[in-house]
Amino acid sequence: MSEVTPVVQGRNLVKRYGHVTAIDNSDFELRPGEILAVIGDNGAGKSSIVKAICGATIPDEGEILIEGKPVSFKSPIEARDMGIEMVYQTLALSPALSIADNMFMGREIRRKGWMGEWLHMLDKKEMERFARDKLTELGLMTVQSITQPVETLSGGQRQGVAVARAAAFATKFIIMDEPTAALGVKESRRVLELILDVKSRGIPIILISHNMPHVFEVADRIHIHRLGKRLCTISPGDFTMSDAVAMMTGALEPPESVRAA
Amino acid sequence: MSDTSGPARKGQDFEHSLDKSDKTVAAFKARHDTFGAKVQHLLHNNPTLVPVIVLAVSLAVFGVIAGGRFFSAFNLSLIIQQVSIIGMLAAAQSLIIITAGIDLSVAAIMVLMSVIMGNLAVFMGVPSGIAILVGFVGGAAAGFFNGFLITKIKLPPFISTLGTWSIYYALLLWLSGAQSIRGADIDANAPFLKFFGRTFELVGARITLGSVLMVLIFVVLWYMLNHTAWGRHVYAVGDDKEAAELAGIRTDRVLLSVYVVAGLVCAIAGWASIGRVGSISPQSFYEGNLQSITAVVIGGISLFGGRGSIMGALFGALIVGVFQSGLRMAGVDVLWQVFAIGWLIIIAVAVDQWIRRVSA
Repeated sequence: MSEVTPVVQGRNLVKRYGHVTAIDNSDFELRPGEILAVIGDNGAGKSSIVKAICGATIPDEGEILIEGKPVSFKSPIEARDMGIEMVYQTLALSPALSIADNMFMGREIRRKGWMGEWLHMLDKKEMERFARDKLTELGLMTVQSITQPVETLSGGQRQGVAVARAAAFATKFIIMDEPTAALGVKESRRVLELILDVKSRGIPIILISHNMPHVFEVADRIHIHRLGKRLCTISPGDFTMSDAVAMMTGALEPPESVRAA
Repeated sequence: MSDTSGPARKGQDFEHSLDKSDKTVAAFKARHDTFGAKVQHLLHNNPTLVPVIVLAVSLAVFGVIAGGRFFSAFNLSLIIQQVSIIGMLAAAQSLIIITAGIDLSVAAIMVLMSVIMGNLAVFMGVPSGIAILVGFVGGAAAGFFNGFLITKIKLPPFISTLGTWSIYYALLLWLSGAQSIRGADIDANAPFLKFFGRTFELVGARITLGSVLMVLIFVVLWYMLNHTAWGRHVYAVGDDKEAAELAGIRTDRVLLSVYVVAGLVCAIAGWASIGRVGSISPQSFYEGNLQSITAVVIGGISLFGGRGSIMGALFGALIVGVFQSGLRMAGVDVLWQVFAIGWLIIIAVAVDQWIRRVSA
């Protein structure tokens, strides 16, 4: 296996909250073009380590490298400016606003010329065109209109809008937090296809999920988090779901070959 | 690592039977809605339609009851003139209610700033223009203080502005010595303060500059809310503050700016009120806070935030004016005007609840 520069790499990350150590000297690695699933028991610190990577928390120790270069994000907005997108479990959509408004929330496009310059007028046509293109690319354009409010969409469609927003603006990678947790079986299926579709565009994805069948289906590698650190990284082809759950809960020691260094 | 083309699925492929199932998850079914559901959907997409219909119907009804006098250009322009100050306060109030807040201090800010403008220009010999600018800055500062309490001290808007209402009201009583500034004194020393009381004739209607200013304020704020990024952020904050925060909006900064703009609009209304009333009275517009909320609510702007057009508040203010004028012309006792407005508020909020229950 040739050594490739990871898209994002965390080394010896530590985060303490008083006496609680949320991240305990943990490593992290996302490789180009892959889907990396992050699994772990409740309280293992999955979300803590992912928050450290997207700038939502600042680690006390350790370093984060993006494409080999050290970074220190002070806020998620800084991470976003670098092309790191996050799909939150709550989706972070405004229900009463339109699909187009939501896709451009916080990075609206102004009109060219004096209308945009002096009156700060938005280029609604351009934003709607862009939103429509992005949704069509991902095969989501079954919604009636790009100007319809998000609250009139089904759960799967909303998830689709959130994923499309991330995919449209991500240049480095996307973090997805439990994207199928709130969905029915069929809608989950559609979202998994969407995740694979985004991957096929060359954007790597960090997938946090509790759903083992989904993880084993789409992930290229699985990062198992336990007691605040990376226990091991396994390939879904080499282990069964029950093995993964056993390692996650401490019932099974991971074999030496996959142990984190 | 294994190659990605053939992920192992042995013993884990329990979803394969789904292949036979219906795959059209995201497609919409053709709508076979009842009439009521269609109306609900239409109103959901166009929340300003309700006040427009109510305004049209009430104009027609009062036209029939009160006869031709009601529809005269003079009477219609009088209605607009009568609601102009409350209309401006309603414009400021709309901004705040769209963010899911409420401002009980709008009228107090307005009267306080008119007292400051009057004191400076009439008694202290400050040029009117500068006195007015000081009032504008003061209005923005009063709004900033409201916003500061809400975003930094994290007090609920209702409590913050209930407190500042009393504070601003006490300040205006102190600054004015509880005395009115007489119209004759304003005319003699600072006639520019009454600028928005001037009128011009247009096809039989006597339109005051204050009426024009009110419409202008609504148009400018409508533009800001619908065609600038700031406006989209204001709606997003009112709709779901946490979602807006996660989407990268600095919600506290947006909220603070909304209260500052509202304070400024109140100060502009303070200047206009001097022309409208003809004098500066610390006792005037004591019910202005609640009247502005009434106009906003009748205008179809949701008290839960994020929904409704600011133009609705203009129609809401006009509906109140039409009811008052129509009932007065029909010779109905004032108490029944108040009675009717009360029912309008309750019906408006009930309709809003019904519209919000829409489910695709």
